[in-house]
Amino acid sequence: MANLDSLFHGFVVALTMQHVMLMMVGVLLGILVGVLPGLGAPNGVTLLLPLTYTMDPVGAIILLTSMYWGALFGGSTTSILFNIPGEPSSVATTFDGHPMAKQGRAIQALSFAFLSAGFGAMVGVIVTTLLSGWVTSFALQFSSPEFFAVYFLAFASFVGLSAAQPSKTIVSILLGFAFATVGMDTISGSLRLTFGFDELLRGISFLIVVIGLFGIGELLLTMEEGLKFEGVRAKVSLAGVLETLVRMPRYWVALIRGSLIGVWMGITPGGPTAASFMSYGLAKRFSRRREHFGTGEPEGIIAPEAADHGAGTAAMLPMLALGIPGSATAAVMMGGLMIWGLNPGPMLFIERPDFVWGLIASMYIGNVVAVILVLATVPLFASILRIPFAIIGPLIVVVCFIGAWTVGASKPDLWLALIFGIVGYVFKKLDYPIAPLVLALVLGDKAEDAFRQSMLMSQGSLNIFFSNPLVGTITTLAIILVTWPFWAGLMRRVHLLRIRQPKVIE
Amino acid sequence: MIPKVINAQRALGFAASAAMALVLGTAPAFAQAEWKPTKPVEFVGAAGAGGGTDIFARAVQLAIQNNKLIDQPILVSNKGGGSGAETFVYVKAAEGDGHKLAFGTSNLYTLPMVAKVAFKHTDFMPVAAMVFDEFILWTKGDAPYNDYKSFTTAAKAASGPFKMAGALSKDTDQTLTRLIEKDTGAKFVYIPFKSGGEASVQLTGGHVQSHVNNPSESVGHWKAGQLKALCVFSKERMAEGPKVTPTQSWHDIPTCKEQGAGIEAYQMPRTVALPPGTPQATVDFWAGVLKKVTETPEWKDYLTRTAQTGRFMAGSNLKAFIDEDEKRTRKVYEEEGWLVN
Repeated sequence: MANLDSLFHGFVVALTMQHVMLMMVGVLLGILVGVLPGLGAPNGVTLLLPLTYTMDPVGAIILLTSMYWGALFGGSTTSILFNIPGEPSSVATTFDGHPMAKQGRAIQALSFAFLSAGFGAMVGVIVTTLLSGWVTSFALQFSSPEFFAVYFLAFASFVGLSAAQPSKTIVSILLGFAFATVGMDTISGSLRLTFGFDELLRGISFLIVVIGLFGIGELLLTMEEGLKFEGVRAKVSLAGVLETLVRMPRYWVALIRGSLIGVWMGITPGGPTAASFMSYGLAKRFSRRREHFGTGEPEGIIAPEAADHGAGTAAMLPMLALGIPGSATAAVMMGGLMIWGLNPGPMLFIERPDFVWGLIASMYIGNVVAVILVLATVPLFASILRIPFAIIGPLIVVVCFIGAWTVGASKPDLWLALIFGIVGYVFKKLDYPIAPLVLALVLGDKAEDAFRQSMLMSQGSLNIFFSNPLVGTITTLAIILVTWPFWAGLMRRVHLLRIRQPKVIE
Repeated sequence: MIPKVINAQRALGFAASAAMALVLGTAPAFAQAEWKPTKPVEFVGAAGAGGGTDIFARAVQLAIQNNKLIDQPILVSNKGGGSGAETFVYVKAAEGDGHKLAFGTSNLYTLPMVAKVAFKHTDFMPVAAMVFDEFILWTKGDAPYNDYKSFTTAAKAASGPFKMAGALSKDTDQTLTRLIEKDTGAKFVYIPFKSGGEASVQLTGGHVQSHVNNPSESVGHWKAGQLKALCVFSKERMAEGPKVTPTQSWHDIPTCKEQGAGIEAYQMPRTVALPPGTPQATVDFWAGVLKKVTETPEWKDYLTRTAQTGRFMAGSNLKAFIDEDEKRTRKVYEEEGWLVN
């Protein structure tokens, strides 16, 4: 177990006083930027980067990654309390987390989220430790067709699940795809759907859309329903956290499935967003309590959170070993690596084992530190909901618009957020689901790029999606999931026939 | 000029006209005097975080900070939307403001040719080209080719076309691919990815046959023997230095020209530009600062680490270079039917 030896060496590197202090500072700063929607992990890490120029690389990466963990946890907080996801990957947490908080169970919702996130992250680090060699060669097998198949699988496991009419889901998905195409097209290098507005050059930012659809849309709805959060009745105590901890093992299936999906998507690297949606979709599909999903079901929080953090941590491996950043934040960190004079790539493990294993060891410690810190803040955050709506409502509006401003410091973004807020309100009133739109917006352009790259590679033949066992398996899985209602119906019929047949004979 | 001032006097009243006279009278005097940044400076990188342009901007930031070349703090931001067009639109809007600098590449003048964007390269006040990034023809480490000729001959003879990965569409990588095609008669299917890093991983995984990445985008894979550097598209070999792989330093990579390629040289300048209407004194100030940057140890370290060729150009030299490169690129784009402006 050479890896374990290296890991112990890494702990020696990571467990110095200075590095542990950096971890604490990083996690706290991370929670702070994560809680402010719009600021988020990528911006936070970018702001912190210049400070690390003069630090030693191990300390620098520990500071930045700790901030990342903190921000991921912070992002879930706003998803649950205010229905405003701070990161694309915490959108799925809002589906059950926010209803739960509204019912006065914010403590439980936050604790479920943090505990399962911490668990997912741990699984991610353990896999990183044990399988670092194998994982990198596996990730190398992924090309555009495989990526498309993975995104297709994410769509397939999620669509067809919502309670809304299928036609409304389709409208929502198509709108999402349309928004995803705005801006520069990677494949042709030309601008699409910008209508001559320079502001649309960079495309429609995910954050603007969710701030509008979720944050402002939700506020409009709350105002109409009588200007109050039902969370006012929430009991706030640390005992609630412990209670949740005790109930946690009951949901071990969702927890482990979520973590594994997350790790797999982090390695491949499909990314945390696809992972959390896929995990939520599968949990809902195979849960015995599926009809309770969307109304504050613990499994609906556990599944996406475990997957999100599993993917977030596992994505560090392809970043270090291959130089593919799995997320926007990882991309910034990679820039940092180059500035500190390190080249991401397979040789990093050989040339700078102290750096790589110090980082991996710090991921163990950093995540434990993060879970303890966030759990301690749960009562504090949960009590925010007890503030009367007349005070907290306007504050959320301000925070939403500050968030929209930080994305690109441009005024039209504020209008866009407002417009999406109204769209979100109308969607809810007319019973159109929002989640498919967000999923299509986040994964739409990636899926499109991967599809068109595949078509260039195969010169237009769809056979490329079955050209090797890996891509063939993923594609087949996705097709089975998409057509699942049909198979389920068929099986029910066969079952019914079998029951009826003896009767006919009689 | 004078009648306008008189009109203004009548319209605006005495106080305003006095202020105006003050501005008119003192502005030229100010312009002659030394300009200095009076508030925090923003370096805007015309690409996503972590890419070559971001690292370029941060290297300049680091050199200025460590050597205290200016008194004001510097903020690096990335506006990579629209393949970097976002940066130029943003800096163009900051007319006359010497505190916003656009960091880019040749995309300063190639982007307006291929995309309908609301700026021309002549809108800006170019300050300097500080460094030239090289292009290397890479294949997989265990590929049977050893030089430009054997690779392009194989590409020509192959039954299915060879796949060339690259960063972005209608940008440097695809242009160079077309130049290689024209030079050798081989045909490639060009597959655009979001970044050179992604292209490099695709090649390492054996999903494509080649790419023409900059050295820094592929050095990690090269060190590990997963990629092979066939030749560099430069007039001379790259600077001498320590061995990067067990057997080769950057200097050991032959030039493509040595191997009989008809492409003289293909390099990408990294440029810095100021908003339209920035006073000449400000442009001169920044050109002076950037010149000093190139003399710092931090900058030398940056060049070695990223294996780029340092060549500083400013003033009329720079203008002549941009005009010439713009014409040359325009010709290729015209033949490919990419021109929109």
